[in-house]
Amino acid sequence: MIKRYVAAAVALVFIFILQCTLFKALSLAGISPNILVLYTASIGFMRGKKEGMFIGILAGLLTDLFYCDVFGINVLIFMYVGYINGVFNKHFFPEDVRLPLLLIGASDLIYGGAMFLLRFVFRSKLALGDYFLSIMLPETIYTVLFAIIMFKPVYSVISKFDEIEKRSSKKFV
Amino acid sequence: MKRKTKKSIPSRYILIGLTVLFLCCILFTYKFDFNDSPINTITGYVFVPIQKGIDNIGSWIYNRTQGFKDIQEVVEENESLKSQINELTAENSKLQLEHYEYLRLLELVELDKKYPDYEKVAARIIGKDPGNWFNTFTIDKGTNDGIKEDMNVIAGSGLAGIVSDVGPNWARVRAVIDDSSNVSAMDLATTDLCIVAGDLQSMSKKQTILFKNMSDSNGDSKVGDQIVTSNISSKFLPGLLVGYISSIQKDGNNLTVSGEITPVVDFEHLEEVLIIKQLKE
Repeated sequence: MIKRYVAAAVALVFIFILQCTLFKALSLAGISPNILVLYTASIGFMRGKKEGMFIGILAGLLTDLFYCDVFGINVLIFMYVGYINGVFNKHFFPEDVRLPLLLIGASDLIYGGAMFLLRFVFRSKLALGDYFLSIMLPETIYTVLFAIIMFKPVYSVISKFDEIEKRSSKKFV
Repeated sequence: MKRKTKKSIPSRYILIGLTVLFLCCILFTYKFDFNDSPINTITGYVFVPIQKGIDNIGSWIYNRTQGFKDIQEVVEENESLKSQINELTAENSKLQLEHYEYLRLLELVELDKKYPDYEKVAARIIGKDPGNWFNTFTIDKGTNDGIKEDMNVIAGSGLAGIVSDVGPNWARVRAVIDDSSNVSAMDLATTDLCIVAGDLQSMSKKQTILFKNMSDSNGDSKVGDQIVTSNISSKFLPGLLVGYISSIQKDGNNLTVSGEITPVVDFEHLEEVLIIKQLKE
């Protein structure tokens, strides 16, 4: 059980670093896809609430430590993203790509909305319409496009890892 | 897969508990700084080496693609540069004359250097804010290289930002275009003071930042004026170029003006920055 958590956490570290370096370089018109949200959401609906929460907390922790003046905001947002996606774990079937894409898109919008509420409204910056059109929507579209390309390979890697884990656990039984 | 033991806690209780915990964290760090925590040190030593590696790969690819620049283009550029050199040499000799005169006059009035040569450290940008809402980046120098909080960061000809958090081998810089950035500045031509504030809305629409509360009662400020950091700023050294006024309008009170500034630093393609080691007292 712990193995799964460690593997997911190690993958998260690399995804975080890729997000801060490579994916910032891939940005179009100043907007880059958010694969941190993508990964947290995926772990959520593939592995359930608890693992989703765990990865969400880690993702938020890294973001807050390196890039946020107030500690805890990103942790909270990502934790809820992981948890909410975990609720849909029961309905997730790898053959059907629609639900994952929908969830990833919704997660990114939730992330954007939460950022707006927690970090902009308090500083009396209220132009939600503008932020929605210029930041949230492009980011979501970009992220979902990326998810369409990456879903199958990423899923096969994760399920392969599950197989290895099952085999090794059989040895102990 | 679901081997639930009898004692496992339902995840919604964990969620509620953690929510309360992190809300406390937010309130606590909002009130107090947590910059000197040991977590900063640990994370720094884990992440910075990997990040540097990836960054090196990225710049290697970048340099490769740059190498394939059309030769035709280079030849043309060479020709125009040659003519430019001629112009500049002529101008240079004229300026040198003026410079000697200036030095002579300086001695005359015993005026010390107005803008001393600050000691600077070069640093490489190793990561940018993962989201699209804020403009902060991390650099590969920290307290080990003498970087402190609130040191000014410049790039090329202008002010890029300010160090907002430091670890032993990394530091976070808040760019002047960041939505939460505020700089006390002035119009170089009229010496009218104003506040330069980064703004996500105008940044994403027109690539500009805002200036506010400039007490320009005579209406002397105009589009194209240089905006530099002011000498009354508590954190920024005076005279660092921020940008040029790109639009200007009168405020409702008829006393102050506000408008937009085009920053001089190209934040999209920023790779290296200089940190001024002098802190404003």
